[in-house]
Amino acid sequence: MPSKIYECISKISESIMANKDYLTELDREIGDSDHGINMARGFQAVMEKISPDDSDIGVALKKAGMTLLSKVGGASGPLYGTAYMEAGKIMIGKTELLPEDMKAIFEAAISGIQKRGHAVRGEKTMLDAIIPASEAYSAKISEGSDMISAFEAACSSAREGVEYTKTIIATKGRASYLGERSIGHQDPGATSAALTLEAIRDYMKGK
Amino acid sequence: MKKLINSVDNIVDEMLDGMTAAFPQYVKRLEGFNVLVRAKGPSDKVALVSGGGSGHEPSHGGFVGRGMLDGAVAGEVFTSPTPDQIYEAVKAVNGGKGVLLIIKNYTGDVMNFEMAEDMASDDGITVSHVIVADDVAVENSTWTTGRRGIAGTVFVHKIAGAAAEAGLTLSEVKRVAEKVISNVRSMGMAVNACTVPAAGKPGFELEDDEIEIGIGIHGEPGTHREKISDVNNITDKLIDKILAEGIYSSGDEIALMINGMGGTPLMELFIANKHAHEVLDGKGIKIAKTYVGNYMTSLDMEGFSVTLLKLDDELKKFLNAPADTPAFVQF
Repeated sequence: MPSKIYECISKISESIMANKDYLTELDREIGDSDHGINMARGFQAVMEKISPDDSDIGVALKKAGMTLLSKVGGASGPLYGTAYMEAGKIMIGKTELLPEDMKAIFEAAISGIQKRGHAVRGEKTMLDAIIPASEAYSAKISEGSDMISAFEAACSSAREGVEYTKTIIATKGRASYLGERSIGHQDPGATSAALTLEAIRDYMKGK
Repeated sequence: MKKLINSVDNIVDEMLDGMTAAFPQYVKRLEGFNVLVRAKGPSDKVALVSGGGSGHEPSHGGFVGRGMLDGAVAGEVFTSPTPDQIYEAVKAVNGGKGVLLIIKNYTGDVMNFEMAEDMASDDGITVSHVIVADDVAVENSTWTTGRRGIAGTVFVHKIAGAAAEAGLTLSEVKRVAEKVISNVRSMGMAVNACTVPAAGKPGFELEDDEIEIGIGIHGEPGTHREKISDVNNITDKLIDKILAEGIYSSGDEIALMINGMGGTPLMELFIANKHAHEVLDGKGIKIAKTYVGNYMTSLDMEGFSVTLLKLDDELKKFLNAPADTPAFVQF
């Protein structure tokens, strides 16, 4: 039996692979046409690096983070790499993911991404999907929801965040060079972040 | 898409081996990495490392050699190299006097180079960096990532490289590099977009009679598009935007670069250069040195950029110093 974390990361990887051309197309509109290509290259390497025997969630996430860092390149590499490594730090020595762990993972990933990318919410970046997702998740958990419903809420908020990126001007990354011309286009990074969360949700739901 | 490639996945790898085979007297490849370093190995001076996505050839590997860079890191096409690759380059070129990273101002490049700088500093190597942001097409405000680094970066390689070769310390080389950065401005345009091999189609589409003004070097769209006019008129627009910066005045001495984007005939670049000289002469700006050619390209993009560098005695001395690299030879 492959470990849970292996199956979860596989699910994320499948989603990224399946959406490779879509992400690249989004990036073509406001960036430099490589987001899907780079992410797919990164996850292909991640799947070669992690093993079905990796049961320590922290170890697997750290491996994934290091691999993304060295394979993706661009801005997404350091940002996703940092997010996975920060999440890995939280989960070292753990083989089960508890609702509180997920909350801590969201927070650590966000703070890592913000530190590395010097970005805040509302700049048309992946943070516009991840921050609302984190907030929705935490709110549901504190209301006493189970993890799957909380994650459902996180995913809808992430999608709303992706939609929101269509309405704002990019002020970070290459899309910022377009100024107002970036309005109307959805952010590829926010999209890949939402896809990641949806893949985790699908894994949790056993889809 | 029609490209002279074997496989999209092997472009950078095969290109680097091809460059090494062409210029063994200048460069060698760090085994297992997408890094070119000087063939002779590190020397007793400050070392310079630059790099970025591939697709800008001859940048940056073509500028590895005496009087310019010590190492160049090649990322995937238009994608910043990763921290581990940059870190290997820093370790390989370090001759004990410190390493200066020359970074073009892109979100990804800055993050990856800074992470490599952290890694090398942890190893006890003295590393510092400068960020080139010469593209006046981009508004420089706190609300954007800031200006892009484009063709003006070549002047940073040249002048900081000469300063390092002259034996200046790391902090002095950095000071000189920063002086170049504050004195250099560029602006580019495209007649046609480029096609990233892995994407298979152009980064943007232009009608037969349209041009894109204010393009970067990654196939990204520019600031606006307009109807094509003659090259004198287009050159005027690029120069006007640069002069609007207010840092070049009558009586100043400058270096001028007319840089091809990769798919533009030299013939057209020379025509643009002729007019650039007329315009700048007319404004009393003295052109001390002119460079026309493909220095910082964008794959097969058709178009060009204009770069002006204001010179003082120190910059002029280092600009005129000899350089001997695959793509930049000057005696």
